[in-house]
Amino acid sequence: MASESIAIGRLDAPARQIGEILHDWVTTVDHKKLGLLYIMYAILFLVIGGIEATIMRIQLIVPHNNFVSPQVFNEMFTMHGTTMIFFVAMPIVFGFGNYFVPLMIGARDMAFPRLNAFSFWISAFGGLLLYFSFVGGNGLYGAGNAPDVGWFAYAPLTAKAFSLGHSTDFWTLGLLVSGIGSIGTATNLIATVLCLRCPGMTLGKMPLFAWMNLVMAGLVLLAVSPLTAAQVMLSLDRYLGAHFFDTQAGGSAVLWMHFFWIFGHPEVYVLVIPAFAFVSEIIPVFSRKPIFGYPIMVGATVSIGFLSFLVWAHHMFTVGMNSYANSFFAISTMLVGVPTGIKIFNWIATMWGGKIRFGTPMLFCIAFLLQFLIAGLTGIMLSVAPFDWQLGNSYFVVAHFHYVIVGGILFGLFGAFYYWFPKMSGRMYNDALSKWHFWLFLIGFHLTFDFMHIPGLLGMPRRIYTYEPGRGWDVWNLIVTIGVFFQGAGILIFVGNLLWSSLKGKFAGNDPWDAWTLEWSTASPPPEYNFATLPTVNSRRPLWDIKHPEDPD
Amino acid sequence: MLASLLLSASVGVGAQTNTPLPHMFDPRSTPADGIYRISRFVLSITGIIFVVVVFLLAYATVKFRQRAGDEDEPPQVYGSNQVELAWTVLPVLVVLILFLATARVIHSIQRTAKPAGAIEVVAIGHQFWWEFRYPALGVVTANELHVPVSDPSHPTPTFITLLSADTDHSFWVPQLAGKTDLIPNHPNSTWIDPHEVGLYLGQCAQYCGTQHAKMLLRVDVEPREAFDRWVQDEKKPAQVTDAVSAGRRVFETTACVNCHTITGTVADGRFGPDLTHLMSRATIASGAATNTHANLRSWIKNPDDLKPGSLMPAMQLSDKDIDALTAYLETLR
Amino acid sequence: MSSTSLPSPSAEMQWVLPSRGRVGMFCLIAAETAIFTIFVIAYIFYLGKSVSGPTPKDVLELPIFASICLLSSSLTIHMAVKSLRNAKVGAFGLWWLLTLVLGGIFLGETGREWYHLIYDKGLTISTNLFGTTYYSLVGLHAFHVTVGLLMISVAMLLTVFGKVKPEHHERADVFSLYWHFVDSIWIVVFTVVYIIGR
Ligand code: HEA
Ligand code: HEA
Ligand code: HEC
Ligand code: CUA
Ligand SMILES: [Cu+2]
Repeated sequence: MASESIAIGRLDAPARQIGEILHDWVTTVDHKKLGLLYIMYAILFLVIGGIEATIMRIQLIVPHNNFVSPQVFNEMFTMHGTTMIFFVAMPIVFGFGNYFVPLMIGARDMAFPRLNAFSFWISAFGGLLLYFSFVGGNGLYGAGNAPDVGWFAYAPLTAKAFSLGHSTDFWTLGLLVSGIGSIGTATNLIATVLCLRCPGMTLGKMPLFAWMNLVMAGLVLLAVSPLTAAQVMLSLDRYLGAHFFDTQAGGSAVLWMHFFWIFGHPEVYVLVIPAFAFVSEIIPVFSRKPIFGYPIMVGATVSIGFLSFLVWAHHMFTVGMNSYANSFFAISTMLVGVPTGIKIFNWIATMWGGKIRFGTPMLFCIAFLLQFLIAGLTGIMLSVAPFDWQLGNSYFVVAHFHYVIVGGILFGLFGAFYYWFPKMSGRMYNDALSKWHFWLFLIGFHLTFDFMHIPGLLGMPRRIYTYEPGRGWDVWNLIVTIGVFFQGAGILIFVGNLLWSSLKGKFAGNDPWDAWTLEWSTASPPPEYNFATLPTVNSRRPLWDIKHPEDPD
Repeated sequence: MLASLLLSASVGVGAQTNTPLPHMFDPRSTPADGIYRISRFVLSITGIIFVVVVFLLAYATVKFRQRAGDEDEPPQVYGSNQVELAWTVLPVLVVLILFLATARVIHSIQRTAKPAGAIEVVAIGHQFWWEFRYPALGVVTANELHVPVSDPSHPTPTFITLLSADTDHSFWVPQLAGKTDLIPNHPNSTWIDPHEVGLYLGQCAQYCGTQHAKMLLRVDVEPREAFDRWVQDEKKPAQVTDAVSAGRRVFETTACVNCHTITGTVADGRFGPDLTHLMSRATIASGAATNTHANLRSWIKNPDDLKPGSLMPAMQLSDKDIDALTAYLETLR
Repeated sequence: MSSTSLPSPSAEMQWVLPSRGRVGMFCLIAAETAIFTIFVIAYIFYLGKSVSGPTPKDVLELPIFASICLLSSSLTIHMAVKSLRNAKVGAFGLWWLLTLVLGGIFLGETGREWYHLIYDKGLTISTNLFGTTYYSLVGLHAFHVTVGLLMISVAMLLTVFGKVKPEHHERADVFSLYWHFVDSIWIVVFTVVYIIGR
């Protein structure tokens, strides 16, 4: 953000200075700058992925539409899914983790600053590789081609026989490379949380934010690695003629599914746990009460992490597993609802008896609670294996996961943006614009994703570039598409607000929310070394203790 | 918030229209029926949870707003073991109930033994079309599955073995059963026992490539006699009429024969649908178009016009040849 | 305004946290374990599923000598680290060199085995599922040995030029964790490929 303020704001600044600043950002090993880089990179891709979504929705606005060809449509959902998961959601949660974990635990930087920079740049390179497929996918003679195998790229569609050219190779390599970055960042987060806490901050006194990032990083280590392994196998198949997923030589398509979902399921919790982390910091501050049931929140997070490795095959209820396997994965999946429910109840209990202030961050958190609840309940419907035989691979699934990812994670992220924007930029966001953003996005979200459940229930499969009229799907698809434009307008306002406010916003001061964790004790934006002297803490809310010496934690 | 209201509303609307929509809430076969019943159970349980939690959330949001001018901090509460225990145990009980209901349905559908009178079908998924073989009856057809209606007193269910010739597909006719995937190297099976005569629509439900969207599926459920008559017709070799010998010659001298079978001729390819009784089908190209003269002609001229990305190439034939060819195909009853 | 409002660390407070080097290495090992698990699962899953020959029984021989070398190198690296901790740089250099040699022998033996399989038995990665899983699992392990040997060589050079000091024992210790990991993975690979799989 600072780079923009120079480049746009001071046109009279000598050119060399801009070069220097760029050089500074490219070579930085400061966790705050890397965090911002992650975040800016993710927002860029959010807009790209959103444009891809818009293209799909325009194609589906009426049956038998001809806005794009089938091939292009298939490329759009593949690129949209891959981009959103790996180049929006992952970097953005890493960005917040990078920026705030050291600040919240009273450290001066991450444990391995240079590994941190390496991880960011290699992940960024992965994104570039993926998008380079638009140019190099079928070789330049084929004028390029993006991959069109879907974001979970089921075998044998990815085999050379069905997927010519290099588009699938770019997909594989892009994910492989960015996966290495993810493992690096996860290692860094764990080492930071375990080894760099300031004096007095025992594990039990750590902010929930740090706890949840710790669990998230653990999941990344154990979940992204299987994906990396599977991508290596796929590359061996494609480049050296190995047969891991080559069904003609006895290879197994189902093995890929297992490998992918052993990654894929924990991955969705990798994304949602940081959103839990944001909500767990924002709700207490805006309700003016400490988080309800801290120990059980930690316990629930850890058990969600643990359970998430036992449920992967709920994505495979239709591949013909036997009845015992189906039953096992049904109950393990339902059990995840228990710790998740505990969290929802604890957040509501935190609000209970408080004095709630409806700042924009809190608005997003309340919407998060409502939407995440609905999304979780549709997840429970999917976990009922026989019900899933009807719902699986239909728009109901698409609605379920956008409800979690957009209604849950993205809302949580927007809340986090507004909450920490004053800390990151030193300035306050424009409140009216932020409310516009909230309401437009809320309306758009509900128009799009509430109504998307219905064609799903009525039997509309996902990943179809067009559909037959007269199946009862037409009206709903029209409404769904209309919602996208509200979402788009909301996001435009959001990006505009960020840019404008980081230049022209009012100064925010160190602690605009009257909050309690350590990041609010230092300047906004924090100096490079974070804390002039390392703090010492005696409780979970060090700043509360200082502000209320009569009633310390 | 609207979601769950809308869900039930739309389902209601779907059930009331006089041309019933082919969705899972209008089941016509035992597996689909079992699923329908558990789905209602699950929808009501989740509905109750939804109402309770939304009420709590709304109450907290409205009741505990900060009042204007009130700047004091509220009492600091850190937790309560009893309350937390309650909202751990209750969900565990709900999960248990849900699981038992689920396991019952899973087992009742998956562990049904094949009765003696069952019809056996092998369904083979191809990139963008379906092949149906009845090994016991000696019938091969494509895209439109014919089965007899199953009378509960003398059940004649249809057991379907699911195979794939290339990539993954999924067999899904919502009113008859849930979906099951067709995976190369991994034979699967499913079964249906339609109680009512009628046409049931479905489509491929696993992404299989460019034309996944137009890999539609029709199941014709017929009275037993009609089904038996259909089988007899399908078993006959192709009709030979001299009037269309020109078209037949084009067919047999073009690459068509490499990909299509017409019994009684040299054509024995298996890459594309069996055309022996092409005219017995209501649609062509897996439901991409109705089986009319104009569509058939346009299909042979250039398949990409109807179904861009289908694996049948355009043969670059002259208009005259195409006319002859179409005339020939139209005799294949 | 700044952090001065917070109490600063009191001298009497005991505040020890784990070393970040070790934690980082353990994280890396956890991730690597997950990767190897996937390859091992694939190996076991495809046992006996090749549609054509050769089979493991036809072509594989037990690499006993190589295994002994690799496993004993765990002992030598342990001795090396211990020597460094006790400030015996000379002994460190010797043990370290021995580790390098033992690891090198292992790698050489793997190379010989592969040469034999490729040129005498005609088994490549694309021959059948056995070839696919065998070369990728053993190859993945050999790749880790290679990376380890490169790092050992760099440290060896530094030792020769007298750049290694006793205060570096922590780093050597962290690296030895990696090496022990590579060795223990070999026990798994050996069991799976040469005992269960044959
Ligand atoms: C971040 C993302 C995220 C999260 C958190 C979840 C959470 C859950 N998901 Fe979802 N899911 C996805 C992202 C996510 N999912 C994605 C991306 C896909 C599709 C991928 C693809 O195919 O492309 C998917 C697909 C998916 C499927 C496979 C569908 C199919 O393809 O056929 C299933 C099936 O079981 C499922 C179930 C669940 C369940 C049970 C939860 C649970 O964790 C929800 C738990 C929450 C609650 C239950 C609500 C709160 C609880 C209470 C109020 C307590 C009381 C409640 C009870 C006791 C029931 N999900
Ligand atoms: C982080 C994850 C994430 C996010 C945020 C989103 C966000 C959105 N997604 Fe998507 N989605 C996935 C992850 C995600 N998605 C995944 C994993 C799949 C599965 C892919 C697969 O099957 O392989 C999928 C699939 C998917 C499909 C199904 C495709 C199919 O099966 O055929 C659809 C269809 O409607 C869709 C729509 C949308 C929409 C409308 C949004 C919106 O919320 C987007 C809002 C954003 C913008 C609109 C862009 C920003 C604004 C501007 C640039 C301003 C200008 C634009 C306008 C004014 C319109 N997504
Ligand atoms: C390379 C193989 C190939 C060749 C050659 C070929 N076809 Fe086809 N044909 C197919 C495939 C594959 C389909 C199914 C396409 C789909 O539904 O996606 C098909 C479908 C059809 C159909 C529709 C069948 C149905 O029941 O839906 C007709 C009719 C047909 N082909 C006629 C012909 C004629 C006439 C020729 C020669 C001029 C020909 N085909 C040559 C592969 C081929
Ligand atoms: Cu066949 Cu999708
Ligand atoms: Cu899942």
